[in-house]
Amino acid sequence: MIPGDGVGPELMLSVKDVFKAAEVPVEFEEHQLSEVQGTATPSKLEKLLQDMRANRVAIKGKLNAPMEVKGELNSYEMELRRQMDLFANVVRCKSLLGCATRHPNLDLVVIREQTEGEYSSLEHESVSGVVECLKIVTRNKSQRIAKFAFDYATRHGRHAVTAVHKANIMKLGDGLFLQCCEEVSQLYPKIKFNSMIVDNCCMQLVRDPYQFDVLLTPNLYGNVLDHVVAGLVGGAGVVPGESYSADYAVFETGARHPFAQAVGRNIANPTAMLLTAANMLHHLKYASLFLCSLNLGVFFFPLSLLQVRTRDVGGYSTTTDFVQTVIDNMRPSIH
Amino acid sequence: MSYTMNVTIWLLVVLIFSFLFFVVNVDFFGRQVGAPIDFEEVTVNSANIEDERDIENAIMAVRRNGIALKGNIETNHNHPPGYKSRNLLLRTSLDLYANVVHCKTIPGVRSRHRDIDIVIIRENTEGEYSNLEHENVPGVVECLKIITRANSLRIAEYAFEYARAHGRKKVTAVHKANIMKLGDGLFLKCCKEVAADYPDIIYESMIVDNTTMQLVTKPQQFDVMVMPNLYGNIVSNVCAGLVGGPGLVPGANYGKDYAVFETATRNTGKSIARKNIANPTAMLMASCMMLEHLKLNDLALLVRDAVIKTIGEMKVHTPDIGGEATSADVVQNVVRLLQEPIP
Repeated sequence: MIPGDGVGPELMLSVKDVFKAAEVPVEFEEHQLSEVQGTATPSKLEKLLQDMRANRVAIKGKLNAPMEVKGELNSYEMELRRQMDLFANVVRCKSLLGCATRHPNLDLVVIREQTEGEYSSLEHESVSGVVECLKIVTRNKSQRIAKFAFDYATRHGRHAVTAVHKANIMKLGDGLFLQCCEEVSQLYPKIKFNSMIVDNCCMQLVRDPYQFDVLLTPNLYGNVLDHVVAGLVGGAGVVPGESYSADYAVFETGARHPFAQAVGRNIANPTAMLLTAANMLHHLKYASLFLCSLNLGVFFFPLSLLQVRTRDVGGYSTTTDFVQTVIDNMRPSIH
Repeated sequence: MSYTMNVTIWLLVVLIFSFLFFVVNVDFFGRQVGAPIDFEEVTVNSANIEDERDIENAIMAVRRNGIALKGNIETNHNHPPGYKSRNLLLRTSLDLYANVVHCKTIPGVRSRHRDIDIVIIRENTEGEYSNLEHENVPGVVECLKIITRANSLRIAEYAFEYARAHGRKKVTAVHKANIMKLGDGLFLKCCKEVAADYPDIIYESMIVDNTTMQLVTKPQQFDVMVMPNLYGNIVSNVCAGLVGGPGLVPGANYGKDYAVFETATRNTGKSIARKNIANPTAMLMASCMMLEHLKLNDLALLVRDAVIKTIGEMKVHTPDIGGEATSADVVQNVVRLLQEPIP
């Protein structure tokens, strides 16, 4: 467990409360790592990676990256992703019953490459006043994420994959990504494949999001699309997400946000983090735990019917109210 | 006005005063409202990838006239890397550094949000659109994004000047400086510096991903937004989508010496070409912006009112905004309104 910055620690507390109430046999090893508060050090990171090698699964809040440059361009958030090679980020945006939004019954998945592209941390000031930022696209990683997306689509019964790119401008870079997606798509004749330019895709998303099923994107576009679709179903507080590498799975919220202005005010929406925790249990695949996760999932619906809502989705409930309601509703069905 | 129809017309995307449908329309208006404008038409054929004469010709025409009204030119990404997007070529050679898109909900057009009134100001010449890419090792491509202090300061100043001139209250800088600390960091720093000279205008900054989320949930919180190239591209498309789509929103590109007006989202819309269903609103509104730029404010107002009345009150809607009218219907209706005697 990596609580992270902002409301991360509060959300983790909710997860622990709910797990305790549901008697989930999961023990957390906690790692406090925060770049903005200066508690992140290379040795701590090393310790964390060591634990990861043993545990293989983590639940994580957002590590806020400071914008000032202190010699190192690479943020700890990125370092963590790179060290564990968490190449695939999956965000499934599904409308929650009772959470009123402008687009009901939405269900789409954004799969994002998150180790290269614009997040390469390669920047330099060649001449004073002129900065070059490098965006790296490689064939290997593009093929890997494309394969991941199509495998995901196959496994979860999805019927279409849309590759999102800007190859009309970045003809080589995004062109390579697109080409890799096309190549991989030919191995999956049952899944429809098309491609769309990122700006148009964003516009289509806010106008008619139902035309999409799985969206496959390079790093930065994925970051933007994650947030657009999260906004469509109710905001950062309700969308779970997960990141995978070949060996590890890290569970985090879909729109990674520290939400620092809410710290200590007991208003953060724990839905996203609780759903994330439920997904983690699902991933761990114990039958009984799976049941728990079902319970966790199912009881969000009565929650919304009971009108226990935090501020971000138009209510006045506090984080603790919400968690308490989840616990109250969960107990009978477990015993 | 006559056109020789090309068989591959969808590839022949026309430029400057000759976006097939729109041109006829706009020209027609020119006559209807008696605007003192003569159009010089230039066509650019995007199918011909070797020949740059077309676009050079077009650029020269803009240099000659100072302003232009333009459709979008298709860029096929299968073209060789040496091929530069014609649109980009036009923007960079004329140094049209500021792209201004005004997204405003039009009463009468169904959209999911009400009372949106956002101005997006986008740096139009550098950033991700630098055309600098190379494959150092097979299978590894580097794309360069360039941010310069001079251009960042220039766009930030433009944004604040715009805000002040139009009585706007707030400017939001959109960036990704948490990841691109040097590049976007520089942009952000420049915005902050400029903001210090405008104490009457509130200055905020927001990370691009969060911005898009805020846009789809609470778009009313934004006023003027300023951003680097690619984010501007994305954000203006999101906003256009919020107020009803690509057929409604006009855009303008300003440089020191020239101005080019086009639709905000720069679509070619080739799937609906020649079907008489394209929504002419965006291009008509762009022509209004052009009239305003020429200081023909009365005429601009006249045309704009007629267009807004047509799609707002009278609900002459093309299929993209849920109606069944044709492009010609919209145009005719606007013309009829313009012909009515002014009370």
